[in-house]
Amino acid sequence: MSTRALLFAPASAARGSVIELRATIAHPMETGYRRSSEGEMQPRDLVRRIEARFEGERFFSAELHAAIAANPFLSFSLKLPGSGELSVRWLGDRGFAHEERVRITAT
Amino acid sequence: MTPTTSTNNPALRRRVLRAGLCIGVLSISPRLALPADDNFRAAVTALTGGRVPQTGRVRLDLSPLVENGNAVPVSLSVDSPMTAADHVRRMALLTERNPQPDVAVFQLSLMSGRAQVSTRMRLATSQTVWALAELADGSWWQHGVNVIVTLAACVEGESS
Repeated sequence: MSTRALLFAPASAARGSVIELRATIAHPMETGYRRSSEGEMQPRDLVRRIEARFEGERFFSAELHAAIAANPFLSFSLKLPGSGELSVRWLGDRGFAHEERVRITAT
Repeated sequence: MTPTTSTNNPALRRRVLRAGLCIGVLSISPRLALPADDNFRAAVTALTGGRVPQTGRVRLDLSPLVENGNAVPVSLSVDSPMTAADHVRRMALLTERNPQPDVAVFQLSLMSGRAQVSTRMRLATSQTVWALAELADGSWWQHGVNVIVTLAACVEGESS
């Protein structure tokens, strides 16, 4: 399982400031509505859910459907409560799961 | 919130036919035999639990002219202080004429600090895209943007 995913967050920011986070993951987001060049239906294969936590506390989540583009990209925000670890989890069809973590230092 | 199209409209019928080609086999499904408007309304009702969204508060940013429907940048925001008394609980993105109206639902919290989310979506045809937002008082708000799509998603396969 070598999933490519990127989680962008500032390495440090002022405590209490609102920071922008960006998450993207390599995934086809196959809708289940398309046929292959051989004419076979392509089974649905989606990232269904993204959850973001800071120091284990969930502060943002998204439920995704077939109309989200391939390699789903999401930007959202966090009001930085202090130094800690940001983690983002992607969950999808066929047991797909991936997690990225990044440390943010409050100044 | 009430789409003003009618199925007697030949331009619309062409568009629906084109969307039908795009979604292929799915058009057999009886649920999709419903007019797109009913599908869309049902999705809104399911999301809001029957509360009728008012116009305003939420803002959807999206280019009105889209060249490639496979990856269209969209941004949803509400000018909200994000305090315990006044914050955004959820924001959602819906389409009137994609094969399925639901695009995404975003769950925010006080820790979000700001009610702004961006992503990239697929558009199967020219249509109205809607942003909806649920505030802390339980009210729902909406903003729709008409988009013209020159190259629809899923006609052009983006993966092998």
